[in-house]
Amino acid sequence: MYATSLAQFTKDTRHMLPMYVPLLATLLLAVAGYYFAAKRAAASAGGDIRKLAALPSQYGLFTALSVIVPTLAALIVGLGFGGLSGALPLVLLSVAGLGFLVSLYKVSPAFRARTHAETWIKIILIAASVIAILTTVGIVFSMLFETRNFFSQYDWRAFFFSTEWSPNFRGNSALGIIPLLWGTLYISLIALTFAVPVGLFAAIYLSEYASRRTRSFAKPAIEILAGIPTIVYGLFALITVGPFLRDYFAQPMGFGDSASSVMTAGLVMGIMLIPFVSSLSDDIINAVPQAMRDGSLGLGATKSETIRQVVIPAALPGIVGAILLAASRAIGETMIVVLGAGAAARMSLNPFEAMTTVTVKIVSQLTGDTDFASPETLVAFALGLTLFVITLGLNVFALYIVRKYREQYE
Amino acid sequence: MTHKSLLIADARTKKRNAAERRFKAYGLSAIVVAILALVMLLVSVFGTGASAFRQTYATVTVPLPEDKLDKSGVRDIEVMKKVTTIGYTKLLNEGFENVVIASGIPTGLSRKDIGGMLSKEAAATIRDHILANPDLVGTEATLDLLMNGRIDGYFKGRVTLESAALDSNTSPEELALAQALKDAGIIHTKFNWAFLTNPDASDQRPEAAGLGVAILGSLYMMIVVLVTSLPIAVAASIYLEEFAPKNRWTDLIEVNISNLAAVPSIVYGILGLAIFINFMELNQSSPLVGGLVLSLMTLPRIIIPARAALKSVPPSIRDAALGVGASKMQSVFHHVLPLAAPGILTGVIIGLGQALGETAPLLLIGMVAFVREYPAAYTPDAGLFGEASTALPVQVYNWTQRADPGFVERASGAIITLLIFLLVMNAVAIFLRRKFERRW
Repeated sequence: MYATSLAQFTKDTRHMLPMYVPLLATLLLAVAGYYFAAKRAAASAGGDIRKLAALPSQYGLFTALSVIVPTLAALIVGLGFGGLSGALPLVLLSVAGLGFLVSLYKVSPAFRARTHAETWIKIILIAASVIAILTTVGIVFSMLFETRNFFSQYDWRAFFFSTEWSPNFRGNSALGIIPLLWGTLYISLIALTFAVPVGLFAAIYLSEYASRRTRSFAKPAIEILAGIPTIVYGLFALITVGPFLRDYFAQPMGFGDSASSVMTAGLVMGIMLIPFVSSLSDDIINAVPQAMRDGSLGLGATKSETIRQVVIPAALPGIVGAILLAASRAIGETMIVVLGAGAAARMSLNPFEAMTTVTVKIVSQLTGDTDFASPETLVAFALGLTLFVITLGLNVFALYIVRKYREQYE
Repeated sequence: MTHKSLLIADARTKKRNAAERRFKAYGLSAIVVAILALVMLLVSVFGTGASAFRQTYATVTVPLPEDKLDKSGVRDIEVMKKVTTIGYTKLLNEGFENVVIASGIPTGLSRKDIGGMLSKEAAATIRDHILANPDLVGTEATLDLLMNGRIDGYFKGRVTLESAALDSNTSPEELALAQALKDAGIIHTKFNWAFLTNPDASDQRPEAAGLGVAILGSLYMMIVVLVTSLPIAVAASIYLEEFAPKNRWTDLIEVNISNLAAVPSIVYGILGLAIFINFMELNQSSPLVGGLVLSLMTLPRIIIPARAALKSVPPSIRDAALGVGASKMQSVFHHVLPLAAPGILTGVIIGLGQALGETAPLLLIGMVAFVREYPAAYTPDAGLFGEASTALPVQVYNWTQRADPGFVERASGAIITLLIFLLVMNAVAIFLRRKFERRW
């Protein structure tokens, strides 16, 4: 309903009154308002601005904001609800005009223009921070809405508990999430098995052993890994790691002959996660008070004994939090698995076989030319919601642990 | 009872010291593994992609007979446009054969095979050239024309005589001829500017594919991201850091922001598809939608460093401003914000860099489409940034999905371009941080 009326409205306005007319008019009114209000204020004080409650420019600012803020608010409400239809440009114009007139009328020596201008600014600031909440609401509702559509066409028990995934665009698909979850978790497990020891040891070495010179070279080098886009890792998996693993491991050992495999995607994702684990662990290890290390060393423990028996146990909650955050990254990662893991939904223990993940299937179900009402397309929203819930749970839990731990030593 | 010297380690000490050395070695090897992974990644990408910046061309003199190209002889462009690329291909084959004969290199290849060594794009190149200069009809034109992907691959080491024998698209004889022509100076390799400016090309002609549309699309999206997310992020972080009371609401917003920063990027793609395309009916695969989706994704990632930058301004600055009678708002906008600006800017640049490399959400909003037209920034029909476009990382993905092996080189080349953009952005961020960072 909304969608059609909104489309109708945007099309209508293209013929009637283009959207940029009221927006440009608002801008002009704001600039003119600034000028007139400042003039009027100075005039109302008879040229002696000491009699004014605020500087003339602050009267100007108040008028400019009184034009802009309500108009912006009307624009957002109008776009969000679409109910105002073709009248929106006119509504915007009248809101802007009203703000202009009322605020100019209010100019007098006793009027505290600065305080009122600052109220407008504060409203802008609050509105900006509310966008964060709106984004979350948008994510949840957009997916909930379509997921409900999906479950009205497809049994939810079959979705959550079936082990068969074979979409068929002529209908009669089997859309069980279990094989996708299996692939996702298997790949994430391999990635973490690789990234956690490497990242953790790298963090320990950098914070406890490395000389200043090694640190100044190795730390940025590892951080470069964090700045590389995931598509680059995906290509690395596709053209280098995949063929390498196939030719030197999978084929000679008789594990199959697929270049895209759980192992390929897992290893490359592991590389991607190294800087993530190491920089988080580094922060956490550095937060352990030096006095604890000194105490242990003073009792005659070696450095490694101190680290293993004092520093790591003290940092453990934070490290667990870091690992959970890394797991959430691994589960939600898309491009590496799209290019490295394959597209076959399969449940197998052989790590050299191609499997697929939730994110791969979201991409493949939504990028084809498909009918938007069919369960084969809508399933992507259900998959997305599942993914969102899993990663959100991991993130909330991990952030809770990390934050709680940080307070201990501060 | 024997007295041991302190200077001689006993068995237990030796064991503990060995454990210490082992532990340290683990740490060092972890660093080595990480750096080795980085090196391998870069070597792999640069090794396959660097050659995308060089391209093989042949200098060909093409006859342009008037009876084939413009029978009427009045040089009417509309009439001349009726001659398709197929018509030009014949002239091209003839011209290239003449070049081969003139060079005196013996070959057993037919005219069609010789002409086939040129790219399928070459006919379009010469057609465009003639339509732009109709006066050339009746004379002949000497142009640098693209060789096809196999010949190009031969000079880059991707195609060998052995692999050519198995390939239906080329043959060892063609490669031998190409080598002879190269020795004669007719075929030459030069820097491939077209790779950075050309639009994408179809599956058959990797040699003509370029990044022009993708770079333009990415640029548009970065403009949208900057214009929308910078003011909102700064406003939100000022409110949260300076004004927000400590209550349940602001706690909720805070937790929300740190969670949003960790939401998988593909979820933003689903959001964009549902809200911007299905609900608001903005144009699919337009930089506007792509930019809005990336802005939503980037916002929390900018808010977090922006808040840290505001927090690092010492309270004494605020107190001093308040002490001389500034309002809270004035103390923030006149003093705290300018001091925090370099830090905020650094965060913004790094956030933009992440947005530039992001692929997954863009796949869902239709940016995988094959686009050959350069998108305009504004058209009355499509609106602002509303024309279909693609983006750098998505172009990489697209090329990995093509069958011709020439596209692997293109994909790696595109990644090199992307990495250079990122390198420049991050270098600017580091420069800003170094130059303006203050220690209080």
